[in-house]
Amino acid sequence: MTSTAALTWFARHELRLAWREWLAMMTAGRRGRKRRAVVGLIAFAAIMHLPAYAVIGRFADLQAPLDKSTLIVITATIFLAWALMLSQAIESVTRVFYARADLDLIMSSPVRLANVFSVRIAAIALSVIAMALLLSTPFVDVLVIGGGIRWLAAYGVVIAIGLSAAAAAIAVTIVLFRLIGPSRTRLVAQILAAIIGAGFVIALQIAAILSYGTLSRFAVLTSDAAAAFAPDIESVLWWPARAALGDGEALLLLLAGGLVLLGAVMAMFSASFADTVVGVSANAAPAHQGSRTKAFRAGSPQRALRWKEFVLLRRDPWLVSQTLMQLLYLVPPALMLWRSFSDSSAAIVLITPVIVMAAGQLAGGLAWLTISGEDAADLVATAPLPASRVTRAKIEVVLIIIGAIFAPLVTALLFASPLQAAVTALAVAIAAASATAIQLWFRVQARRSQFRRRQTSSRLATFAEAFSSIGWAATAALALAIPLAALISGLMTAGILAATWKISPRRA
Amino acid sequence: MKPAPSALQVRGLTKRFERLAVDALDLTIRSGEFYALVGPNGAGKTTTLRMVAGLSRPDAGSVAVFGIDALSEPVAAKQMMAWVSDEPMIYDKLTPLEYLEFVAGLWGIDAAVSQPSAHNLLVSLGLGPHLHERCEGFSKGMRQKVALAGALVHDPQLIILDEPLTGLDAVSARHVKGLLGDRVRSGCTVIMTTHILEVAERMADRIGVIAAGRLVAEGTLTELRQQNGHNDTSLEDLFIALVDTEAAAA
Repeated sequence: MTSTAALTWFARHELRLAWREWLAMMTAGRRGRKRRAVVGLIAFAAIMHLPAYAVIGRFADLQAPLDKSTLIVITATIFLAWALMLSQAIESVTRVFYARADLDLIMSSPVRLANVFSVRIAAIALSVIAMALLLSTPFVDVLVIGGGIRWLAAYGVVIAIGLSAAAAAIAVTIVLFRLIGPSRTRLVAQILAAIIGAGFVIALQIAAILSYGTLSRFAVLTSDAAAAFAPDIESVLWWPARAALGDGEALLLLLAGGLVLLGAVMAMFSASFADTVVGVSANAAPAHQGSRTKAFRAGSPQRALRWKEFVLLRRDPWLVSQTLMQLLYLVPPALMLWRSFSDSSAAIVLITPVIVMAAGQLAGGLAWLTISGEDAADLVATAPLPASRVTRAKIEVVLIIIGAIFAPLVTALLFASPLQAAVTALAVAIAAASATAIQLWFRVQARRSQFRRRQTSSRLATFAEAFSSIGWAATAALALAIPLAALISGLMTAGILAATWKISPRRA
Repeated sequence: MKPAPSALQVRGLTKRFERLAVDALDLTIRSGEFYALVGPNGAGKTTTLRMVAGLSRPDAGSVAVFGIDALSEPVAAKQMMAWVSDEPMIYDKLTPLEYLEFVAGLWGIDAAVSQPSAHNLLVSLGLGPHLHERCEGFSKGMRQKVALAGALVHDPQLIILDEPLTGLDAVSARHVKGLLGDRVRSGCTVIMTTHILEVAERMADRIGVIAAGRLVAEGTLTELRQQNGHNDTSLEDLFIALVDTEAAAA
């Protein structure tokens, strides 16, 4: 086989793998669901046009030249998309380094590794761009329908920022690898990916709260201060915004820049990719020294189970980071709470739904880890205690952690408004219990390391968990503002839970 | 005087997945016996033992462990049993000592008894230098030894092992065999599935041959030879003859 033919063959192999991984993600790994997944995806994309219209429809008539505030908002939105793509690309790169089972085969084959890894880098870029195109389609469609075909250039912007995000992700991961070593890179890269994904939105919210006392992200972007600080209209910084509006020259320059960047990364890192991979496999499982001999703890089997769950959570920083990442979203409302002590803003009511929502989502993640993510399922199943006691011990762990995390926030709220604190505490307990119950009804046996895939094991459970958290968050907020509406919202959420239970496999 | 109950009595045990996996199986294992269950892949060995251990519910039949009905009183039956599967399922983030502490806690063993026992077990299995290392870096053989130590730390009267020697090197395999032999000599009952017929031949008091979910032959090696009219043949030859006969009959 010639070198070109080998590369083409390998590129086809990579694309097939990427397609199957994506399909497995969409179908939860179950065969025979391909058609349903495709139909579901098309339906989802069609439905997404509605919120896309609500969010972006009014901007379809925008024409160049734009004022600075508009340029800032568009550029910030594109930067947010880039940050999310970077986050996804970092995850893809770490997956290639740490999770692909074919690395030994590739490394031991007689092909030129630099070429093979160039293809793999290109495949990462392609998968990131494909996903971004898929998600951006409803938004661009709305703009094209409302503002004309010039908005098709927005697809080009998505491709350009996808190329640069993939290039940046590979560079960041390899630099991290060299700076902190293979064992820490996985954790740091994945935390980085999550922080990059959420950080930009949160930073804007924090800036808005500190400056304007509001949770709106646009308050900072449309402020006079931002306009004064922003560079001149002709600046390179506005190229993505101009390109999205149909400026052909800016778009070509962006696409060329993205390709050059990715090409440069390939040229610089493809050759050393192999060394990096070897480094990862050589250090995949570093020997962690545990504590020296301590006396065995006495107590009941349930105590042993609780202790095990706490130790496993504490010792897995990756899982902890994945689980607690949702708490990042609590930073802005916590900041707002702190500010409300100095000026009694009515906006403090907004804190309750955010806290309740975070509690529900966190409880769902923890419940999956403790109930479904049991690495020694046979051992626990053969232990001489009833299954109900095992389950109870695991639920206790979830509720203890939720209590420990949210009690300080509720206590702080107590000083601002005792009624709001009471409502928040009750709603946190109900949201956590609901999310835990859903995980219990939809439990599946899995390894803890499959945590990231938990959403794909049951789409129904994922949606039910999200709707339940949103429902209880809305109910709590309404209880503070319009109690009668809270009753209706509460009943609807309870109805969602009842319907979820009715169709859950545990009941069947 | 009433005779002591068998360590395990299985009657009419049946399990069907897409096909019949275990077909009305009867099995009696005496207390203090080392019993090896052998059979070709897919014969129903693991399914049988999983039902005995309470990991899977039979479609029909009964399981009694030391006279206790394991289906109606699973907790009491499990208190006396230990299960080790061929795929060691342990916690990566715990050290071997911590894993054994957890297992002892699950079985409600007094910490004062379980701690020295755990230490001794791990040292005897060659894991002394790794007592305080997390299991995530362990080889399959080391993980298997940790799982085995976990099964022994609560001093079970019936140990059920599914291919326990898979992945072990010769030295480790000898350690494990020695440990199991010691347990049997102290009155414990061991049931083991294995593909290594030489192990069954050397260690087992009795051997059961299972094919297509049914017990097709059972006895000591000598009895099996006599049953099949081959007085000086190896277990491997006997096994192949038995399985071939069964396949031809099916």
